[in-house]
Amino acid sequence: MAGSRYRIGEDPDYVPIGRRLLLLNWTLVLLIAALSGIGFAMLYSAANGSLQPWAERQMVRFAIGAALMIIIAVTDIRIWLKLAYFSYFVALILLIAVEIKGDIGMGAQRWINLGFFQLQPSELMKISLVLALARYFHGLTAEDVGRITLLIPPLLMIAAPSALVLRQPDLGTTLLLIAGGGVIFWLAGVRIWKFALVLGSALAAIPIGWQFLREYQKNRVLTFLNPENDPLGAGYHITQSKIALGSGGLFGKGFMLGSQSHLNFLPEKQTDFIFTMLGEEFGLVGGMALLGLYALVITYGYVIALRCQNQFGRLVAIGVTSTFFLYVFINIAMVMGLIPVVGVPLPLVSYGGTVMMTILVSFGLLMSVSIHRDIRISRQGNDDGRS
Amino acid sequence: MWHRDSDRFRLFTRRALMLGAGKGVLLTGLAARMYYLQVLESDRYQTLADENRISHRLLPPPRGLVTDRFGAPLAINRQNYHIMIVREQTPDVRRTLEILDQIIELGPDTIERVERDVERRRSFVPVTVRDNLTWDEVARVGVNAPDLPGLIIDAGRSRDYPEGPHLAHTLGYVAAVSEKELTGDPLLELPGFTIGKSGVEKVYDLALRGTAGTSQVEVNALGRVIRELEREEGDSGNTVVMTLDLDLQRYANQRLSDKESASAVVMDIHNGEVLALASHPTYDPNAFTNGISHKLWNSLINNPYAPLSNKAVNGTYAPGSTFKMCVALAGLEAGIISPHQKFFCNGHLDLGNARFHCWKRGGHGWMNMHDSIKHSCDVYYYEISQKIGIDRIAAMARKLGLGEDTGIDLPNERSGLIPTKDWKEIQLGKRWQGGETLIASIGQGYVLATPLQLCTMTARLASGKAVRPHLTRDNVTPEGVTSRQAEEFPELQVNRANLARIRDAMNGVTNELRGTGHRARISIKGMEMAGKSGTSQVRRITMRERQTTGVLDNDVLPWKYRDHALFVAFAPVENPRYACAVVVEHGGGGSSVAGPIVRDLLQKAQELQSARQGISAADLPNSASLRRDPSQTDQDEG
Repeated sequence: MAGSRYRIGEDPDYVPIGRRLLLLNWTLVLLIAALSGIGFAMLYSAANGSLQPWAERQMVRFAIGAALMIIIAVTDIRIWLKLAYFSYFVALILLIAVEIKGDIGMGAQRWINLGFFQLQPSELMKISLVLALARYFHGLTAEDVGRITLLIPPLLMIAAPSALVLRQPDLGTTLLLIAGGGVIFWLAGVRIWKFALVLGSALAAIPIGWQFLREYQKNRVLTFLNPENDPLGAGYHITQSKIALGSGGLFGKGFMLGSQSHLNFLPEKQTDFIFTMLGEEFGLVGGMALLGLYALVITYGYVIALRCQNQFGRLVAIGVTSTFFLYVFINIAMVMGLIPVVGVPLPLVSYGGTVMMTILVSFGLLMSVSIHRDIRISRQGNDDGRS
Repeated sequence: MWHRDSDRFRLFTRRALMLGAGKGVLLTGLAARMYYLQVLESDRYQTLADENRISHRLLPPPRGLVTDRFGAPLAINRQNYHIMIVREQTPDVRRTLEILDQIIELGPDTIERVERDVERRRSFVPVTVRDNLTWDEVARVGVNAPDLPGLIIDAGRSRDYPEGPHLAHTLGYVAAVSEKELTGDPLLELPGFTIGKSGVEKVYDLALRGTAGTSQVEVNALGRVIRELEREEGDSGNTVVMTLDLDLQRYANQRLSDKESASAVVMDIHNGEVLALASHPTYDPNAFTNGISHKLWNSLINNPYAPLSNKAVNGTYAPGSTFKMCVALAGLEAGIISPHQKFFCNGHLDLGNARFHCWKRGGHGWMNMHDSIKHSCDVYYYEISQKIGIDRIAAMARKLGLGEDTGIDLPNERSGLIPTKDWKEIQLGKRWQGGETLIASIGQGYVLATPLQLCTMTARLASGKAVRPHLTRDNVTPEGVTSRQAEEFPELQVNRANLARIRDAMNGVTNELRGTGHRARISIKGMEMAGKSGTSQVRRITMRERQTTGVLDNDVLPWKYRDHALFVAFAPVENPRYACAVVVEHGGGGSSVAGPIVRDLLQKAQELQSARQGISAADLPNSASLRRDPSQTDQDEG
């Protein structure tokens, strides 16, 4: 099998570890560190000028996550290609496991306690789904993509975890999974009319799907449509968030001086509403700067994808970049009252270990694509046949 | 195979760029939204954030003081210490309260109430444990402070009337604002805020209230105060200086204290300043400040002698013979009688089928005007009133201040009643009867007056000017206090010689032998008073009673059927300065019961005045508003 071909020294694409570290996209690492640094500062402010209880733990997580990211980055892209389906199935089995555990009577439980670490299978799935779909479409020619029968397996690959996550219930992650999967379909060249068809039937299914939403999810949507309707209840979050942002003005109220955040008018300021706090304390200038950093990171993802010589790498690069973009967009649009409140954190900035890990692991993959961009991989998943 | 891959790559690149462009549009959308919120709508949200953050709290201003004419405090604000507990600052509320119970008596009821209140409030909100701590208790709690975590001693203000019952009717009292009294002024909605409910406290409430200060505090989402941002102290209420003389007032109260129900007024006949205004029985206004108990309230309400009523302005009585000056003066002014014209009194006068009796059974014999007042002959007035007519009598009574409000600065003044022919037609729908003029001429029947009106009438007779009584040295308006301009009351449109004749007849009452008030005269030279008694009937004396038992003596009648005793006087006779009226409800004879009180009050007023001659004007409060009284100079010369 292919494994026999990977003898060290014989692989023409083999790059020594030291060289790979040099090839690592250090600018991107710097951008990621800068975003995380802003996160530390905001968490420090959220705790009224204290490293406890958030900033310090977030730094530790970042340190661990960053190390993991670099390890993943310097690992040969072909290994990730080989592991793609395996990690998908592991993630799927874990999702089923939490589902069963949840049915036994733990309520809406989304994680598995491994003793030292609480693993969220849905987070693992966000990466694994991108890898698995990328691997699948890597193996299809442009003509193959046009055949509907060949599109059914990847559709099921999206549908299975989405259904499980929706049952948890976690609407935000479900949307991220569907959107992330859709992006791979789009990049693989699936015809636009097919997208239109799916989108149209999805819209038609909204009234049916509405029935399956939990009461709090319905309330969030209704509240989004008219936040002033219920200013002390569910609409409170959005209203207070808009007040905080708006009152920040052009230059903000100053570091640690946000009245809305520090007097607790703003809920969840260290997690989902951390962008609001930044906007209140640093104003439009601070918010634009953060948005600019995010745009730069996303652009880097595109540059890496377009310079990559293999389809798997390209799909993975845009796939993880798109997931990252979706996090950013959904979170910021939510806190500014553009979309309903769904529990999506601001990547790298919000407090939370799992999301930090997911994002850093996916950036590890992105950098792995970058380092190994010149490796050509055959559709079957082994070397391209030059040898 | 490579070209296939490059196909795939070209498609990928195209799709990726489209996707990237889409993301760019979405990010631009976010930026636009940010610009909208943070630049275009920023002002609105800034305001909303401040409304969230800043809470305005009113600081109640100290209520203005009330003093007597010489600055003696009549209504002040006393420090009121109360002890409060803050749940979050004490580890065990119950334990802390039990320790406190050993230091100052609380009782199980209080502990239970506090525990309930504490549970209901947020943990940082102080809950009052006890009000009105004595200084001794405050000190004891202070010493034990280390054992009492979470307890705060707070000093508030509450209204205090050092004179207690002496000035209850004039000053009134303050109490918590009732629902009906809310005007939208947020000050009134403050817990514990009190406003004037009666008396001067009510009339000058706005001037005494002051303006509230404000405190801007920063609060968090739970309402906890983080810090004070701005503090603007309010202005305390104006000090109101009364015309009352505390010494005379105390004396008046003391003088009335042995009667069931009585009232007295002393005023300056030149400027209308009321020096003493007493109504008996009275009550302690301090009882109202912190909420009056049900029991005490009921006992005040059900007392037959009506302690809550200020009888000097709210009580109306038939003036009896004190009304005769009005009738005589009306006759003189109209030229219907001459001073020396005599009428014969045989003890009664018959009109139609009715017989009208004089108070003296055998009659007075021949009476002129002077003697008719001196002896208070009724038949003389039956005779002349028929000639004068009720309308002329009423006109003169009004000129002398009866039948209409005096305008005193007290609430609910009664205006009494002076009947006319028209009044009866309109009010009762009946024609005026000739006999009713006779009854009115001796101050009975429909005629009603307040003691203050009778005092005003006397002051007008003595000064010849249309004096009006008032209670404050200065003009007090809601905007503030301005010194009162020397008030020149207009001359009464009455012949001065006729007035002098009336005054001379009043002098006869007290200072001539066999005058009805001779026994109540002031015998100190230079202080003599001239007056008139009145004994007004409150029941009908039937013919049968006259024929069988004779007119029953007051002593054998139940209290409420006894005659009212009245007396009015001015002093000194030469250069008058003070007027006084006293009414003792159901007290009996005017000259024997009310007369001595009037004598004592007028004597006291003059003695106090001469004792104070030495005090220079600069020592008095609001000296700008003081002026040398012309009569005072006269007194020096006299």
